[in-house]
Amino acid sequence: MTSAIDRRPDLAIISRWIREGARILDLGCGDGTLLGHLRSSKGAGGYGIEIDDANVIACIRQGLSVIQSDLDAGLNEFDAGSFDYVILSQTLQAVRYPDRLLEEMMRVGQEGIVTFPNMGYWRYRLRLALTGRMPVSSAAAAPGEWYNTPNIHLCTLADFEALCEDMGIEILEMTAVNSAHRSNPFMRTWPNTLGEIALYRFRRR
Amino acid sequence: MPESLPADSVGLVQPQSLQFDQPLELDCGRVLPEYELVYETYGTPNADRSNAILVCHALSGDHHAAGYNSMEDRKPGWWEACIGPGKPLDTNRFFIVSVNNLGSCKGSSGPNTINPETGRYWGPDFPIVTVRDWVHSHARLADALGIDQWAAVVGGSLGGMQVMQWAIDYPDRLRHAVIIAGAPRLSAQNIAFNEVARQAIMSDPEFHEGYYLEHDTVPRHGLMLARMLGHITYLSDEAMRAKFGRELRTDQINFGYDVDFQVESYLRYQGQSFVDRFDANTYLLMTRALDYFDPAAEHDDDLAAALAPVTARSLVISFTSDWRFSPERSREIVKALLDGNKSVAYAEVQAHQGHDAFLMPIAQYMAVFRAYMDEVAAELEEGA
Repeated sequence: MTSAIDRRPDLAIISRWIREGARILDLGCGDGTLLGHLRSSKGAGGYGIEIDDANVIACIRQGLSVIQSDLDAGLNEFDAGSFDYVILSQTLQAVRYPDRLLEEMMRVGQEGIVTFPNMGYWRYRLRLALTGRMPVSSAAAAPGEWYNTPNIHLCTLADFEALCEDMGIEILEMTAVNSAHRSNPFMRTWPNTLGEIALYRFRRR
Repeated sequence: MPESLPADSVGLVQPQSLQFDQPLELDCGRVLPEYELVYETYGTPNADRSNAILVCHALSGDHHAAGYNSMEDRKPGWWEACIGPGKPLDTNRFFIVSVNNLGSCKGSSGPNTINPETGRYWGPDFPIVTVRDWVHSHARLADALGIDQWAAVVGGSLGGMQVMQWAIDYPDRLRHAVIIAGAPRLSAQNIAFNEVARQAIMSDPEFHEGYYLEHDTVPRHGLMLARMLGHITYLSDEAMRAKFGRELRTDQINFGYDVDFQVESYLRYQGQSFVDRFDANTYLLMTRALDYFDPAAEHDDDLAAALAPVTARSLVISFTSDWRFSPERSREIVKALLDGNKSVAYAEVQAHQGHDAFLMPIAQYMAVFRAYMDEVAAELEEGA
């Protein structure tokens, strides 16, 4: 049997980025896989925000500090600089105002970590170029057709980095991986074309 | 009357009582030289009593939280939804203590018991007790029952306030705090509702400055009005619409001021039946205890500072349609715990039942509560 963290290697990458004993806020923490992993592997304490009823129960079953809340309502309950890391895993593309949420992440945390499906991935480009149809991301947490996908704000690595530039966000680390969450030298050279999932660690410049 | 007791009920239970002779100093400056506390227990204590859970009741609640006192009872205890074998407060695993608060009219010392110094009813002379006074008296009950540390202290509404006070005043004596449909303090609107309820009681000609028992009467009308008002605030607009709509009692309106609408009939019934089971002085006292609860007040209104001593892990639950103790109020508690880096889980349950939702077996509510208590039970097993 594989553990949850084995099924989500992006979470393993995030956990490598996090220092021991850090205080974490995990936005859209799902069933608490990452928080639980960070608690046991890094002694990290923290809070998860999750809106889904079943996920909230899954977190409570693990004894995690989960707060049932809607990310689109903002993070105004959290004081500035109150977390070492604010993590947004596979959720950026599903929120109504990604830029505002990034701004909030910068306010509340010392550093931010986001992961999202890269719409610059060559298969997506090819599908759009050859069939004229919108790409359907299998890498996203919840894929679907354009009209019913929760992923309403899709972007490429280049788009995200341009937004960071505009917002005065300094990128500290970036990794692009495939849908199996593995990287290779080609992906490191051409991440915006070969990477399916992007992971960024950043802070305010 | 239950013809047979449901399998998931604790069944027949009997209230117990303890007399305390050690004087209790109260927030108001007065001292209760002696007092009695009535309580019920469900389930079985383990060897070191580490599986004990305290249940705190709300404004009109009492110690009878689960099961039946006799086969003639029409209804089980007020929290039958949550207490029993296989329920969130699982009596197969936990030893549950449900205590009646001082100042109540249900058995513990209060306005309708005899003042030992005078040999007469306490009536309005019973001191106004606070949430903190209650918690101090509960702690003495815990001492008497040999319970050093509760696995959890649990309560809804005014009961949730007692849970907070427990976690602040006796951090070493509880491992978990479960605060349901609570608030860190009442809002002006809430105090306003309480004031109207009190005025209804006190302006009843039968009130006699609170000495109505000595006049062989009760302020029925005032207490009924107070309850009717309270009842409206415990339900949501949606719940009332769903339950009554504009349904008429007969098939036509009567161009008069007697009961035309079903909702009027319901409120009158609720008010009248309340008068038969509740005491007006207790209603005044309980609403005042609600008004006065404000742990942040002693810390420049900084709730996080007030909660700084808390070591218990907390579960906070609110209900979306509860406008008397709204989710925003629960979130204030959550924020304060979070600012203090305390362990806290928060669930906002979709429910249309208003404040009363905390008494009802709503699926998501039960699932959250059960998941949390499963963790509490798992800790017990690890400890053993």
